Amino acid sequence: MGTVMGSDRQWHHRPLKLKLLLWFCWLLGLGIFITCWNKISEKTMWFFVTDAPSQAKDLATRMVPPRWDYLDNLWLPIWDTFNIATLGTLIAFFIAVPVAFCAARNTTPNTFLVRPIALFIIASSRSINSLIWALMLVTIIGPGILAGIIAIGLRSIGFIAKLLYEAIEEIEPVQVEAITATGASGGQVLSFGIFPQVLPALAGISVYRWDINIRESTILGLVGAGGIGLQLEASISTLAWTQVSIILLVILITVILSEWVSARVRYSII
Amino acid sequence: MNTSSPADRHWHREPFISKPVLRWGFWSALLIYLALAIGSMDINWSRVMEGIPRGMNFIISFFPPDFTSRSDAILDGILESLWMTVTSTVVGILISIPVGIGAARNLSVLPVYYICRGIIALSRTFPEIILAIFFVKLFGFGPFAGFVTLSIATVGFYGKLLAEDIEDIDKAQAEAIRSTGCSWLQWLNYAIQPQVTPRAIGLAAYRFDINFRESAVVGIVGGGGIGATLLTAFDRYEFESAAAILLIIIFIVMAVEYSSGWLRKWVQ
Repeated sequence: MGTVMGSDRQWHHRPLKLKLLLWFCWLLGLGIFITCWNKISEKTMWFFVTDAPSQAKDLATRMVPPRWDYLDNLWLPIWDTFNIATLGTLIAFFIAVPVAFCAARNTTPNTFLVRPIALFIIASSRSINSLIWALMLVTIIGPGILAGIIAIGLRSIGFIAKLLYEAIEEIEPVQVEAITATGASGGQVLSFGIFPQVLPALAGISVYRWDINIRESTILGLVGAGGIGLQLEASISTLAWTQVSIILLVILITVILSEWVSARVRYSII
Repeated sequence: MNTSSPADRHWHREPFISKPVLRWGFWSALLIYLALAIGSMDINWSRVMEGIPRGMNFIISFFPPDFTSRSDAILDGILESLWMTVTSTVVGILISIPVGIGAARNLSVLPVYYICRGIIALSRTFPEIILAIFFVKLFGFGPFAGFVTLSIATVGFYGKLLAEDIEDIDKAQAEAIRSTGCSWLQWLNYAIQPQVTPRAIGLAAYRFDINFRESAVVGIVGGGGIGATLLTAFDRYEFESAAAILLIIIFIVMAVEYSSGWLRKWVQ
């Protein structure tokens, strides 16, 4: 029988070579994971880990009931937190827009010098968490709300600029061409051809970042950069757990509210 | 001459917020808010002025950064951060796959759906650093606390996005497999999994990147990793070492981002 019957051949999910490669990848991944896990386990005091359930139970009993009257001390920190997030986002907005236009391939004034610089600004702003920016600024300009605002601003530049320059690169060239055909200058093309196309995206991105910033500004106080985190840090270090629980509750409500507001605004823009 | 000729009328562009009440309301509210916010800020300007030369020092210390004098501590911290990143990404994703499947409305039954959505919401509400504070309290100082923190944060992130991806799949393919009379698991393996895998791998790479960045932060509250080294460097005003650490973080994040972009392209 020289011919292979059709029913003898079995359908396989993947060709053999790919299968072997995949198995190899899985094995390699497993090896890396086990190595890393061993390293962590070496540095861990397992006694403390096994003790965790009783610690958790202890902590839980200390945290209830929340100390409701402490709420009166929290209104000003919440206002500060809100200001840090909002003013930080505003600053970032004004710096991020020109950076984004320099970083987008179709609007950058210079591909060899300006674009790499803009991309580096975006990358370094994004790689460093706002808490680390805050840590840095607190040592430089001293503790307080200003350090928090600048930290949030610096972290948000990269975020807004990255999403905005991707939006700029995706605009419709026809409209830009139409404006150029009227004899408009470079600035006029920017303002009438490009900017209106990315304005909804820009508004959406900024509101989205504002919402993230509210979340982040609640914790900047841990390193001394103002906001409700200062109270959190103070309460934790004095082991005032009933205050900690009320602060966490307030943070939770603030975060949920800001998320709701941001979702509503973005929904109405789009 | 009551009517003006068309040439006299000037064209104005459409305002972004079309309702005038809303538009003027928005701008005046913004102005009032700015006045209130800036008025209520308590800033010690003399301290800020004092900090400017220090800030200049910090910027100068980037040229060149000092990689050598604290190289042991830096290397230790970076490696610990990387271990934490790898383990927490793997464990977090392993947990979030069942959670994500459960949280996809088109795959699961309603009670499971609510439970899984609840798990996702719960692990997303608090910032990583607050979770880290509590886990350091529970598990003691060191990378284990950071590992648990990042794993939980990964579950919230990955589970949510995976569930959304599963909800967005092409229904026709799923129905075609279902009509062969396969079991639920076979259906999952042949109809759902191939459709979401490319996006899932891309997301995993993205989360790896985020976890590395966050691992630099959990160290500040004692969760292990490079954050602790960075905090010490700042506390001692060793700006040269701090600059070195920051540059290493930026470099690794860029490398991970670049390779994850490459990986995503390769998978798709």
